[in-house]
Amino acid sequence: MQGTAMKNEKFLNATSIFRSQATTQTSSKSVRGESASPVKKNIKIKVESFNFYYGNTWALKNIQIAIKENNVVGIIGPSGCGKSTFLRCINRMNDIIKNTRAEGFIYIDGKNIYEKDQDVVTLRRDVGMVFQKSNPFPKSVFENVAYGLRINGVKDQRVIAQKVEKSLKDAAIWDEVKDRLSDSPFSLSGGQQQRLCIARALAIEPRILLLDEPASALDPIATSKVEELIHQLKKEYTIIIVTHNMQQAARVSDFSAFFMMGELIEYDATSKIFTNPSNKITEDYVTGRFG
Amino acid sequence: MQKRHLDEELRILTTDLLKMAALVEDAIHNSTEALKKKDKELAEVTICADKKIDELENIVEERCIDLFALFQPVAIDLRFIATAIHINAELERMADLAVNICQRAMELPEQSAVKALADISKLSDIAKTMVKKAIDAFVDRNEELAQEVILTDKEANRLRNDIIRELVYDHMAKDGSVVPRTIPLLLAARDLERICDHACAIAEDVIYMIRAKVVKHHRELL
Repeated sequence: MQGTAMKNEKFLNATSIFRSQATTQTSSKSVRGESASPVKKNIKIKVESFNFYYGNTWALKNIQIAIKENNVVGIIGPSGCGKSTFLRCINRMNDIIKNTRAEGFIYIDGKNIYEKDQDVVTLRRDVGMVFQKSNPFPKSVFENVAYGLRINGVKDQRVIAQKVEKSLKDAAIWDEVKDRLSDSPFSLSGGQQQRLCIARALAIEPRILLLDEPASALDPIATSKVEELIHQLKKEYTIIIVTHNMQQAARVSDFSAFFMMGELIEYDATSKIFTNPSNKITEDYVTGRFG
Repeated sequence: MQKRHLDEELRILTTDLLKMAALVEDAIHNSTEALKKKDKELAEVTICADKKIDELENIVEERCIDLFALFQPVAIDLRFIATAIHINAELERMADLAVNICQRAMELPEQSAVKALADISKLSDIAKTMVKKAIDAFVDRNEELAQEVILTDKEANRLRNDIIRELVYDHMAKDGSVVPRTIPLLLAARDLERICDHACAIAEDVIYMIRAKVVKHHRELL
């Protein structure tokens, strides 16, 4: 793909998206995804003119996207395109990396999380995250899930026990661990450990769940359990999932965002992205014509 | 542009469909010739040749299913293979209609309505052209050509109506004894027009493949 042709294609696509939304916008800025679904849902996350830098490296370039409540959004794109960086910007996990800089706005329920008065601990409680490699704490299965509750000041043992059970049930792992709550999580299989981490994230009742390649190290059965779990969880949560597995993005997400070289190339309903993407670059990527 | 293993598979699929389309065109041509010349031998040969088309249909269908299972195609690849499955079924149905025409040819007595036969020959030419253009539109991803096929369907309908009108009003209504030798022609005209309908269906699938818009039952979208 030649640079100039790619830019022209992208420019045409971007202008047509903005034009089609012009009549429905109340804000002066156009954000992709705001009017993409016929089903009326609240905008949970709205990203406007967002840029992110690692030192002098411009990792995210003018990202505009609106994510609706209780939707699953799949983020796809080649390695190094900014998928995980974008995900980590949503709960400001990148703040802990030295020499990084964020510009622009990410609104969650209408509040810009990059405002100076934003409490990052509260933000990370509201926006849970699960990583590619399951990382249970060296505590019992029960304590792994109870940990977040305890550090958030919950002291009532009965409440903790109820919430641990609910989280493990919500993460579809209760039946497998209910008799092993005192065991070490490292005795669980990889898929079980990953669902335990999801249960741990759910225990503190976040509003949004960020999943960074949650099934990439799992076998097909564990992967299918995690995917089924995502499908169940979207009734209560807004979920953003980064995945290299395009079939997985197609199976689990309502909307898909295709990133390349730090830019959001296309954001649309998943069925549209995988049957008739608007942008030639997206089509070349999803059909494996470049990579 | 990266060359993919899938591209080679799609090329083989296209070749199989082209083979099948060529056999179907031959079947349409031969069935009409058998009817015109009352050539029972040609009709029998054409009926036997249908087996090859049936076998090819199975091969193409299995190939498409394999491609879905093994490559999990998306975007244009997905639309291409989905269209190939439809085209495969339409071509096989056309071949069956050509077999029907051969059976009419075998039932046809010696004397038949001459003008109707000439019009049936014209209708057969239209059908063959529509099939060829529809397949060319698929291979070349040519939407204009697909639209041309759809527009030609009106002409096929008009000609079929002319043939039926002539056979019913100029022959059957005037002389009841000609009914046995006009019915096969009437049915053959209907079969040929149906072949044209199947060519139209292919053209509509081709437009779906190119535009990702279903125009079937929605001609206003053309």
